[in-house]
Amino acid sequence: MRRQLEGSRAIAEAVARCRPQVVPAYPITPQTHIVEAIGAMVRDGSLSGCEFMTVESEFAAMSAAIGASAAGARAYTATASQGLLYMTEALFNASGLGLPIVLTVANRAVGAPINIWNDHSDSMSLRDCGWVQLYAADNQAAVDLHVVAFALAEELSVPVMVCVDGFVLTHAFEPLDVPGQSAVDTFLPPYAPRQVLDVDDPVAIGAMVGPEAFTEVRYLSHYQLTQALTVFPQVCDGWGRPLSTVDAYRVDGAETVIVTLGSVSGTIKDVADEFGNVGVLTLTMFRPFPYAEVRKALGAAKRVVVVERAFAPGAGGIVSADVRTALAGTFAEVSTVVAGLGGRAVTKPALRRLVADAMSGWLGERLVFLDLRDELIEQQIERMRQRRASGPPRPGGAA
Amino acid sequence: MFQVRFHGRGGQGVVTSAELLSVAAFLDGREAQAFPSFGSERMGAPVMAFCRVADVPIRVREPVAEPDAVVVADATLLHHVQLFAGLGEEGYALINSTRSWDELGLAEMTRRHFLERLTTIPATDIARRHTGRPLPNVCLLGGLAALTRVVSIDALDRAVRERFAGAVAEGNVAAARAAYDRIRSVLHA
Amino acid sequence: MTPAFLDPGSVEMTVQNVKFYQVGSRAVGNRLLDATLRTEQASPARRNALTSGHRACQGCGEALGARDVLDAAVRATEGKLVAVNATGCLEVFSTPYPESSWQLPWLHSLFANAPSVASGVAAALKAQGHDEIRVLAQGGDGGTVDIGLACLSGMFERNDDVLYVCYDNEAYMNTGVQRSGSTPPFARTATTEATGAEPGAPIGQGKDVPRIAMAHEIPYVATATVAELHDLEAKVERAMMMRGARYLHVLVPCPLGWGSAPADTVRLARLAQRSGLFPVFEASHGEVTEVLPIRGRVPIEEYLRPQRRYAHLFADPPRTELLARIQAIADRNVARYGLDEV
Repeated sequence: MRRQLEGSRAIAEAVARCRPQVVPAYPITPQTHIVEAIGAMVRDGSLSGCEFMTVESEFAAMSAAIGASAAGARAYTATASQGLLYMTEALFNASGLGLPIVLTVANRAVGAPINIWNDHSDSMSLRDCGWVQLYAADNQAAVDLHVVAFALAEELSVPVMVCVDGFVLTHAFEPLDVPGQSAVDTFLPPYAPRQVLDVDDPVAIGAMVGPEAFTEVRYLSHYQLTQALTVFPQVCDGWGRPLSTVDAYRVDGAETVIVTLGSVSGTIKDVADEFGNVGVLTLTMFRPFPYAEVRKALGAAKRVVVVERAFAPGAGGIVSADVRTALAGTFAEVSTVVAGLGGRAVTKPALRRLVADAMSGWLGERLVFLDLRDELIEQQIERMRQRRASGPPRPGGAA
Repeated sequence: MFQVRFHGRGGQGVVTSAELLSVAAFLDGREAQAFPSFGSERMGAPVMAFCRVADVPIRVREPVAEPDAVVVADATLLHHVQLFAGLGEEGYALINSTRSWDELGLAEMTRRHFLERLTTIPATDIARRHTGRPLPNVCLLGGLAALTRVVSIDALDRAVRERFAGAVAEGNVAAARAAYDRIRSVLHA
Repeated sequence: MTPAFLDPGSVEMTVQNVKFYQVGSRAVGNRLLDATLRTEQASPARRNALTSGHRACQGCGEALGARDVLDAAVRATEGKLVAVNATGCLEVFSTPYPESSWQLPWLHSLFANAPSVASGVAAALKAQGHDEIRVLAQGGDGGTVDIGLACLSGMFERNDDVLYVCYDNEAYMNTGVQRSGSTPPFARTATTEATGAEPGAPIGQGKDVPRIAMAHEIPYVATATVAELHDLEAKVERAMMMRGARYLHVLVPCPLGWGSAPADTVRLARLAQRSGLFPVFEASHGEVTEVLPIRGRVPIEEYLRPQRRYAHLFADPPRTELLARIQAIADRNVARYGLDEV
């Protein structure tokens, strides 16, 4: 049954239906509404059998989730931005230990400068931490991805990060269908850990591994993670929602395809409709990267425009690097468009200009920043040139 | 698609207004989306919120730049914020004020827009009378429902009762109804 | 009750019946005591939670302390115990993959997070209805007083049902003996070399985590050393009888880092206590309730001299003014906790 709900509320309800047993919580904007709602459900008894812990940091939150998961409990927490980075070490640990923790990231920029608004700098910076990364294009996807995430995580014994655009989705009210308890119970069996701290069958988890076996351990992690490419569609089928590793929209026969992930997908689809012959490929799964699906969807395109909400300073696109790898040997031109950093709205007028630039062939393989205020940049670069005050003198440079 | 932009100050319930409007539209059987301007604003700072209502699922996520209606909860914002930016000539505007459009110094605007779509209402006073508290947001929604018919007043009542309980709900429902009746009577006069 | 060995009927008449003054002493005499009064370590049925074959150095105080503590905890919980370990010597020497010395369920996650991981384990056990299974977390002084302190404080203030044990060897031994917040004044470490006017670790710095723990008003805080086995085991047992956050700080000499003879580990631990430099006490809800009185206090020199980390204090001429400042710390401890036997 659809209800008009806030995204965070719907995510919290979906998580609660999955019967998490331990939820360590630490506040950070724009994630906070989610754990607040879960805490309230634990308090009022609507979520029973769950320990809700108010911990002292995100690092502690992920650490407690690690302990809980290793002790056989279904563990969940949520964070964003600086909080995600603060739990970095524990994220690698959770994946290394193969603990099927589910984490919501309410995507937000990373400082400095401090910025509370939405982009993907946080989760993209952790793309290689060994977790499955799923990106929600809208709040209904966010709801379903959380249910699917627990099943996927526990099936493979790998942790799963569900990335949901901060504010844009977490704080948006829209009609949402949160599954009922019996539907989730039918789909998601109780957590049966592969390895557990058991007093009757003691194991040591977290041993030190030296050069003689570390590569093999790492390879097996990679192998296990890539299983998600096949298991995720199966799990989505089982859940009965139209979710897949990539969402191809009017891609067949399109000369120009815009690749993106997250909530900007909807606005881009609206703009693509205005043009015709422009497709949109939205990545739901970013880790493991669905190379084959991306290549299949884009292989015939002439121009691929990757609209990213983060970038690698000094290098360029993050998503587009993987897209280029997927398209190696095809004739597609891949451009990188960095858009919507730190909450800057990705607007239809800007996207229309972008598509026009792409179709004119101007974009080529460039790296561009959408809506960049060129005059401001040029002024500042000039000022920096004149005020250079550090380092040794350069030949021909300013004194 | 009908797009509304709400302006006010932190603490006036501006974000709640947008959310309630979306709930009312949903209860009317329509698609709706509401979201705030995502600020770190504190009490008293200018805030914005948006609501879209449509008959098909809403995919777009950009802020509302070209609203069909603007609702202003605090007239002191008139000279600080571009309240009517992007509002078309056929757009609606509703300001919480005891003063008239002309008295607010907006006579210029009345020459370019449909006059009957621009109005003020003393929502704070009405709210205080019905709820005992000077929070104009639900009252303004009643006015907006009358002015634009974007949602039915019945759906708005239901939305308010879903969100609030007891005397707070009933007071706000009464305030919204009062604003609704007042504007309907002016429009039909 | 008469101890068995004093029962004349059990003694060969040809053997002279010697009076054992050590009876009742906490220092020696396990085999001289009645079986019910013996330590867990004296029991042939002891669990060996940390069993032999691990790769600790000779004379490792931490290995000794960990086995003492865990065996006592395993006994107190009737085997229903889960251990969480911070990164450090204990973790490294006990679990070189694919081997493990742990004979109980054991989890190592990171350096700084053992208290939080343990809180998570405790929450998971509670959520699963396993209230009978108890949780013990352990780490060295680096993992506890420095990098893990925020997590430890969080575990304390939430009163999570975990006994946290710090094995304090007063520096980062696993990485090659660097100063920690627990390194005592004038001790040489790799980051506080024994040079300059005030050689070794600075005086007036460092953290007293037992007192920080007490400030959280948790149900139980205690200190102990590996020299007083009865005392140590009794404290573990007492802690395991309680619920909520509990803290045990155990002094564990490190032959490598202290520059001491492996055979001197227990002796040095005893001298640390008997000099007053390491006060042994118990506290309940923030108030000191018991102290281990010092029987025959020794000058601090007796404790410091066998340790090469203090060799610069005993050079020619000796640094008497610095030794006096260390003595003042011992005197202050004795006064603060009332350690002199009356």
